[in-house]
Amino acid sequence: MTAPILEVRNASKRFSKSLDFAAKLARRMGANVSEETVHAVDGVDLAIMPGEVVGLVGESGCGKSTLGRMVAGIMPPSDGSIIFEGVDIAGMDGAEARKAALEVQMIFQDPFASLNPRMRVEQIIGEAPLFHGIVSRAELSDYVDDIMRRTGLDPTLKRRYPHQFSGGQRQRIGIARALAVKPRFLVCDEAIAALDVSIQAQVINLFVDLREELDLTYLFISHDLSVVEHISDRVVIMYLGRVVESAPIADIFDAPNHPYTVALLNEAPRLDQRRRVFEPVKGEIPSPIDPPPGCHFHPRCPHAHARCSAERPVLREIAPGRLSACHLND
Amino acid sequence: MTIEHTDTAAHDVAPPIAKVQSPLRRFASEFFESWIARVALFMLLTIIVLALAAPWITPQNPYDLAQVDVMDGRLAPGAEAFAGYTMWLGSDGAGRDLYSAILYGLRISLAVGVASGVIALVIGSLIGLFAAYAGGRTETIIMRLVDLQLSFPAALTALIMVAILGKGIDKIIIALVLVQWAYYARTVRGSALVERRKEYIEAATCLGLSHGRIVMRHIMPNCLAPLIVVGTVQTAHAIALEATLSFLGVGLPQTEPSLGVLIANGYEYMLSGRYWISVFPGVALLLTIVSINLVGDRLRDVLNPRLSK
Repeated sequence: MTAPILEVRNASKRFSKSLDFAAKLARRMGANVSEETVHAVDGVDLAIMPGEVVGLVGESGCGKSTLGRMVAGIMPPSDGSIIFEGVDIAGMDGAEARKAALEVQMIFQDPFASLNPRMRVEQIIGEAPLFHGIVSRAELSDYVDDIMRRTGLDPTLKRRYPHQFSGGQRQRIGIARALAVKPRFLVCDEAIAALDVSIQAQVINLFVDLREELDLTYLFISHDLSVVEHISDRVVIMYLGRVVESAPIADIFDAPNHPYTVALLNEAPRLDQRRRVFEPVKGEIPSPIDPPPGCHFHPRCPHAHARCSAERPVLREIAPGRLSACHLND
Repeated sequence: MTIEHTDTAAHDVAPPIAKVQSPLRRFASEFFESWIARVALFMLLTIIVLALAAPWITPQNPYDLAQVDVMDGRLAPGAEAFAGYTMWLGSDGAGRDLYSAILYGLRISLAVGVASGVIALVIGSLIGLFAAYAGGRTETIIMRLVDLQLSFPAALTALIMVAILGKGIDKIIIALVLVQWAYYARTVRGSALVERRKEYIEAATCLGLSHGRIVMRHIMPNCLAPLIVVGTVQTAHAIALEATLSFLGVGLPQTEPSLGVLIANGYEYMLSGRYWISVFPGVALLLTIVSINLVGDRLRDVLNPRLSK
């Protein structure tokens, strides 16, 4: 068995709002004020094999984008570690750290906010490879042309600014920018959510083609199971900062294990259930500032029992290649 | 191996280039929609051209004492000078032709305003960018310093600085920069904070670009619009402040009269009916400041995305 290309070990990310002067004073006087801490990501373990496409799914606010940003090296984890090819990213320095950082690139959700509006396309794509010495100034123009062709962009448009392109083309520019530093791992954060449905399919196909051509590994973050179904080998489901289930794509649709996964799948629109009346998962997603004790899902879970509100379920193997965090499996 | 991919993008065509107006052209056409802006810009350009061309279009160099004759002192507008030319705007107490003195004074006033504006802009925006990018305690300390600076009346700070430094153009510029850097720092910090949270900055971080490069090449160019607006308004402010200091006698020396010095010179003659010595330089100052402010207002309207149609 090969070693994972990227591993997330017990990683957490907390955002806390520190108390201002007035609040500190109030606390000293005896008021019940404490720092508000959001556990965006709470002890996540994840291993991704080379060449694998992992879909990361969850409701908005479940911490999937934060996890993606930690994997891409944009934010450091508060606890735990991100391990790229067996080496902890945090422990690296200098050239080694830079190399590892370039190996993992990110594709962003909003194709309008993710491109610098004051730069031409050739600068957007060519800046980083030139900066890191991947290409010389003389080769840059051909290099940019080649990457633009690979991502389905017309190289004659490279002198234009981002506002002169459509949403799908802008997303392709974002992909080209990431590919320009020759990464081996792409984190796609809702990379197609902001696009028209017809363009979504094209961009997904581009991802599939690029994976074959360039031997890429993907962490594909989405809130939409049907998109993930198309592209992924394996799906990881997150709820309120924790991974609740991880399974190969076929298993998750045929035999979901975790009650949250079941609830998610029930609500996905399908052709064979056209006449159904859809009911959203009952209750609201709880506030991550004050998450419920025990299993985070228990207030909304139809099968919840006493143990669920007391003890945090561990993510364990329930079948080969399948992990789930639910007390019902015991 | 890469050609077939262009096909996939065939349906996803860019809007034809003709429909997309370049931002600069759209900006210009919006700017000129207002007749006030057109008049103000014309007036400002005229003033600048007159000031630059002063040595060639004035009959007298008021700084050259050989050309100034005390016998010409306090002549009314339209009187003939000893040297033979007509003093259309009259002369001041020292015998300087007011028309010449105003144009030469404009040169000094504009130069001081623009120089102090540009220096304050560069220093202030670097400080503001640094504060926004560094964040945390560094940002708090810098911004409290800015608050402290802004809480003093500008004229008072400038007066104190000039009192410490002494007279002279360079000292005035230093004083004005000290008064103004905080406005730029606060403006840039505000827009840099907004830009810093956008995804393209995250992308630049992810691409491993250096901090200096992210700040100067990615954040700074996107903070320019408010900076231009504050820059114009602050330049007008600097000109007014320099005139104030000169009027109070702590600004520029008598031998290099700026508009403020000219107004101060004529002040003592106001009650004796020789209005022109103060009024004409005053009108020139007023027109300069008003036209810069009107241009600045229009720039603010056009560059503010919240007001755009």
